[in-house]
Amino acid sequence: MSNKLNHSMSLAKPDALNISNKQKVALAVGVIGLFILVLALFNTNFPNKAVFLSLSLGLITVGTIIYAREAYLTKLEGIKNDGVWFKSISSRGVWGWIVGVILTTFYIVLYFFPKYLGLGSDGEANTGLIGLFDPLSQLLSGRNASQWFVYGTLYTVAILAFGYKFILKYRHNRYQQLRTVSVMFFQLGFAFLIPEFMYVMNNDLPYYDLKSIWPLNYYIFDEWSVNGFLSNGNIGLALLLFGIISIFVITPILTYKYGKRWYCSWVCGCGGLAETAGDSFRQLSSKKMSAWKLERWLIHTVLVFSVVMTTAMIYTYLGYDKNDFWLTRGVFISLVIGFLTLVFVAVMFFKRQELGKDAKYGAIGFSAVIALLLIMHFTGTTEHIFYIKAGALRSAYGLYIGSIFSGVIGTGFYPILGNRSWCRFGCPMAAILGFQQRLFSKFRITTNGGQCISCGNCSNSCEMGIDVRAYAQKGENIVRSSCVGCGICSAVCPRGVLKLENDSMKGRINPTEILLGNDVDLMDLVNQK
Amino acid sequence: MEHIVIIGNGISGVTLARHIRKLSDKKITIISAETDYFFSRTALMYVYMGHMKFEHTQPYENWFWKKNRIELKKGYVKTVETKSKTLYFAEGDTMQYDKLIIATGSKPNKFGWPGQDLEGVMGMYHKQDLENLEKHAPNKEVCKRAVIVGGGLIGIELAEMLNSRSIPVTFLVREDSFWNGVLPEGESGMINRHIKNHHIDLRLSTNLKEIKSDENGNVKSVIIEETGEEIPCNVVGLTAGVTPNIDFLKDSEIELGRGVKVNRFLETNVKDVYAIGDCAEQHEAIGNRRPIEAVWYTGRMMGETLAQTICGNKIEYKPGHWFNSAKFLDIEYQTYGWVFGERGRPEYEKHFHWKHNDDTKCITVAYHKDTKEFLGINTFGIRMRHETFDTWLTEKKDVDYVINHLPEANFDPEFYSKFENEILKAYNNQLQTA
Repeated sequence: MSNKLNHSMSLAKPDALNISNKQKVALAVGVIGLFILVLALFNTNFPNKAVFLSLSLGLITVGTIIYAREAYLTKLEGIKNDGVWFKSISSRGVWGWIVGVILTTFYIVLYFFPKYLGLGSDGEANTGLIGLFDPLSQLLSGRNASQWFVYGTLYTVAILAFGYKFILKYRHNRYQQLRTVSVMFFQLGFAFLIPEFMYVMNNDLPYYDLKSIWPLNYYIFDEWSVNGFLSNGNIGLALLLFGIISIFVITPILTYKYGKRWYCSWVCGCGGLAETAGDSFRQLSSKKMSAWKLERWLIHTVLVFSVVMTTAMIYTYLGYDKNDFWLTRGVFISLVIGFLTLVFVAVMFFKRQELGKDAKYGAIGFSAVIALLLIMHFTGTTEHIFYIKAGALRSAYGLYIGSIFSGVIGTGFYPILGNRSWCRFGCPMAAILGFQQRLFSKFRITTNGGQCISCGNCSNSCEMGIDVRAYAQKGENIVRSSCVGCGICSAVCPRGVLKLENDSMKGRINPTEILLGNDVDLMDLVNQK
Repeated sequence: MEHIVIIGNGISGVTLARHIRKLSDKKITIISAETDYFFSRTALMYVYMGHMKFEHTQPYENWFWKKNRIELKKGYVKTVETKSKTLYFAEGDTMQYDKLIIATGSKPNKFGWPGQDLEGVMGMYHKQDLENLEKHAPNKEVCKRAVIVGGGLIGIELAEMLNSRSIPVTFLVREDSFWNGVLPEGESGMINRHIKNHHIDLRLSTNLKEIKSDENGNVKSVIIEETGEEIPCNVVGLTAGVTPNIDFLKDSEIELGRGVKVNRFLETNVKDVYAIGDCAEQHEAIGNRRPIEAVWYTGRMMGETLAQTICGNKIEYKPGHWFNSAKFLDIEYQTYGWVFGERGRPEYEKHFHWKHNDDTKCITVAYHKDTKEFLGINTFGIRMRHETFDTWLTEKKDVDYVINHLPEANFDPEFYSKFENEILKAYNNQLQTA
């Protein structure tokens, strides 16, 4: 019998998933809210934009809240995954595809054709959807909305409304609740409100979401951005320094103590959306070995690209003249190569054993980066690096990685590839944190002795596509660079086998052949190898 | 090259095959009539509930078997001729083996109830049972009510499954409290209430008399033994335990009891024939264990052990401390060491029982009334660390030590409320009053 043709093993998909009347009303409320946005998109001229905008966002939020309350508060606390693979939207059915196409189209228009959203060009007033958001933007920062303001607002509303839903869904699980409150807080405060207020205080400062760290925030070291910071006195300088300290000091310390989850599933905005609005799609990530292989190549390629691109960017605007500024191109390129070499040598020295076969790939990657940087240094001119116009590299990164990969595919394809495909396959920040998590972190998912029954709930619900069961059924802890520590595998485990924890580095990786519970002599014999 | 043939692709047979492959280059064939590939039987319920698709219950990707040179044969073994070392398949073909391992698992018990073979009556064990359930109980319109007979682990899982599709369930349990042949009173009582909270019609001390048929041979209703009440229903789940699935061996020379009789090396009376997992029956029970252990973990352990013997390092099946786990609707259950219910409890075994106010969490600690030695723990709604209890059992810690060190054994997710202080207080109070 082929499961491809007949997912649920019945002729028709089980239809016991009828929603209650209250949920129908809630859906209607939410859809009306969305419809106002659609009307605005088609240039309906609302008499009082502030009222209609409030109405729209309010209805969407209230609809989601009522729906969630009816879905979860009418039942006892527990795991609420009934029918996830039957529902069209969460099992790549018709609704899944429709939503995927709508989201993808929205992202394409947002990134490449904002004028269709109503962005006024050459000083003209905004119209359409963006015009609808003008009152809110005026209220927060005294300027008209941009497409990014519209996007940021919708993004924040999504995280807040679906975050509430998620908290109800896991109302028996305080880890899930705290984590969700955290991403809601960071999105609302750090990504949405603070940058607006910073603009009010000093409108020359570049937009800066303090929690968005290079290389995820790939434009922070762009010339316009750095100039923006530097031309704003101490506050600008402090912000720039914070950006540098974030990646080189704060990030390694926190990742060492708590694993990369402190960022990916507690702070990050991309993660925040994935964990809340994207929660219904987590089971769609591929757990195949082939997907894992692709992931490792892809994400590290993006990392190499982002390192080289950023170095090249900074390189182009640094002067040759020693008198101009101590940080000349020569000094800078030496610093970068020196730092990378230091990291590489340290890893090879301390962790050669753990890396195994991967050491070879690491060495290849490292050599490639160094070679690229040297080629750049010796062939680059003021206008050209790698024989292409300076800035082309940065534009290419912004277009292919920043826009298409992280936005269009990363979020647009939620209902198709799962909610973390950007985090898993593309995010260079996740690659750095993951590299550290795998090698220098106290974090792991502990497997509880021999209690695993190989049921697969953990793997099924892993948004990063980790085959958690493959480890659990061997009695082995899960130490994987991609794990974002969302903790859902632990939550859904019916036998209490998995626990996220920070403990000592020793014995963290513990491959076993014979599981706890069997003959102790046999365990000793087989496991001592 | 020696040909190892394993009948049954469940956890026992597959664990055995994997370990033989690690240790040797022997030719390995796994035979199954149930499915093409190994799947987790315990996960079947999640397919019906829509948490997973069937393919997600398969722990290994399909390329795994070829890569590890484990041959898979789909077929039903009809008879085994040990003299010529030949298997005869229902499909007509045959297969030669050098060593044969019987790992055919169990089948649901049927106790000769009138109507037990009607359409719509089913166990919940094989993949075919799941397909059958999907056919007879796709939704609450087709299946207006289901009756489950037998209050064990499979029964409550079936109740949860049907509940997930809003199908009303009547749950007939022979005992006067759910699973109290195994669980002590306090725990069993808590689960009774939890079942009812899920709007499942739990009938304790209730037996099935007969299953009635409609004119088409489908289930129409059941009759209750005690009251004669007729309950209309469309599906009857028979979940009153399991028996070894060994009918095909009846005419062979292999010694059978309820299961395939094996010694401590998991050898049968016939040379080069072994049995592991649910279908194996020890001549004498090991410690407090039952001669037949139909548990996932023991199947796996037998597989791990027998692989050594087959690859030349002959060792006994010598399981460590008993452990098990289950989930009753929303309440997780784990057990380490031995905690007995009313029935079969040794006279030296005393219990300390603590239950949380919310009626979803409790623990029972068993200890020796004279020596105070810690014997085992049942824990509901609080996860505990296997390794810690295994160590404490080996070191023969006393009950005071265990209660005082419970925080070390806690395995709940981070930020969960902790109950160890409350438990300790209750323990100290009980000692004072006792």
